[in-house]
Amino acid sequence: MRATYLLYLFIFPGLLFTAVLGLLAGWLDRKVSARFQFRVGPPLFQNFNDLFKLLTKETILIRDTMSGVFIAAPLAALAMLTIISALVGVPLFFRTSFGGDLIVVMYLLMLFSVLIVLGGASTGNVFSSLGAGREIKLLLADELAFILVCLVAVIKAGYTLRFNEILAYQAEQGAIAGSVSGTMALVIGLLCIQAKMTLPPFHIPEAETELAEGPLIDYGGPLLAFWKLGHFMMYVIFPFLLILLFLGGFKLQGLGILWALLKYLAIVVVMIIIKNTNPRLRIDTAISFFWKVASPLAFLAVVLAVLGV
Amino acid sequence: MSWSKKRLAKSLWVFHVSASPCNNCDIEILDLLTPRYDVERFGIKLVGSIRHADVILLTGIVNQKVAPMVKRLYEQAPKPVFVVGVGTCPMSGACFKESYNIVPERKDVIPIDVYIPGCPPKPEAMIEAIVKLMGVLRG
Repeated sequence: MRATYLLYLFIFPGLLFTAVLGLLAGWLDRKVSARFQFRVGPPLFQNFNDLFKLLTKETILIRDTMSGVFIAAPLAALAMLTIISALVGVPLFFRTSFGGDLIVVMYLLMLFSVLIVLGGASTGNVFSSLGAGREIKLLLADELAFILVCLVAVIKAGYTLRFNEILAYQAEQGAIAGSVSGTMALVIGLLCIQAKMTLPPFHIPEAETELAEGPLIDYGGPLLAFWKLGHFMMYVIFPFLLILLFLGGFKLQGLGILWALLKYLAIVVVMIIIKNTNPRLRIDTAISFFWKVASPLAFLAVVLAVLGV
Repeated sequence: MSWSKKRLAKSLWVFHVSASPCNNCDIEILDLLTPRYDVERFGIKLVGSIRHADVILLTGIVNQKVAPMVKRLYEQAPKPVFVVGVGTCPMSGACFKESYNIVPERKDVIPIDVYIPGCPPKPEAMIEAIVKLMGVLRG
């Protein structure tokens, strides 16, 4: 029992699998973005090279810093994402529960943003603090819409928070995205994960042009590598979460493997296209978009789901 | 060690330091980072923070005013870090070599590993210098 749990956490749907798939998805992102700009783009293992290079570099701690928080934040963030990847991956691949449900995943995802804020604010750098402040505002903006979107799947599946029961419902009744409320929730969910991953048009916290990576500005070497790895793992976690909640999960036999791959690639490519075709929003426009447009629409989707549409 | 150097050669993140230049080399560096030359093919990326940098692109004569800043930036970069002097100014001081506020010994301020001559050097020349640096790292 314990051994399988460790296997789940560290090898298969957990750390190792998610990290490798995430780094490859990150390469896809860079390559497709390069093709958008009529460039050739980086080689296949570029992200692995970047990561290993960062791991071999020097770690610099800053004198007037809460260095405990500074070091702990990226490590804790990686641990959070490992747990989330196992919580989402085990029901997807093995159709069993891993002990947690949707509430735990939403809670851990919010904690990840809080850790970015803690790590960024601990250095006392002005740009870093600005980025941390923007991260809080973005969290306040997208959290409500994200929770409402998840609620749609919960209501459609018969008021259950357990991932394997949501999947079992979809195996019998067809994917939740097939209904009106499900489609609405999926579209808003795609925008929410764009904001959760701080990809353009919502890369407000790490705005390269004026804040130079925002909260991560003072991280270098291995600690930066952990943040980067966490970011790449999100390329797996969020698409898997959407597939689990709305697109009926994976059937890993015969043609099902191809379908699984297509579902994953479709979501990642849509994310990349949104990323490459939109300029950055200001923080106030992002908040007003989520509070005045996305959240009311998500609420409408919840009402429709309660009515059974 | 050689394994890590090979990883480093395949992913050089550059940080741009303007140490009192005439701006011409800076503009050529921006040209280098456009889609036409596409240095991301070699894993080269422009980063905005010195803590993420592997290569410092130094332009301009280092004068008395910026010398402390340049020295501090070099100390803030996580080692191993390489310094590429872009243009004639970091090499010899160009036409400013008899200026009153130039630093007498640039190598006391920042150790430069690779020089790219030219006023300003073409982006192709900069790519050649970076490729030479990669060759040294690969051994």
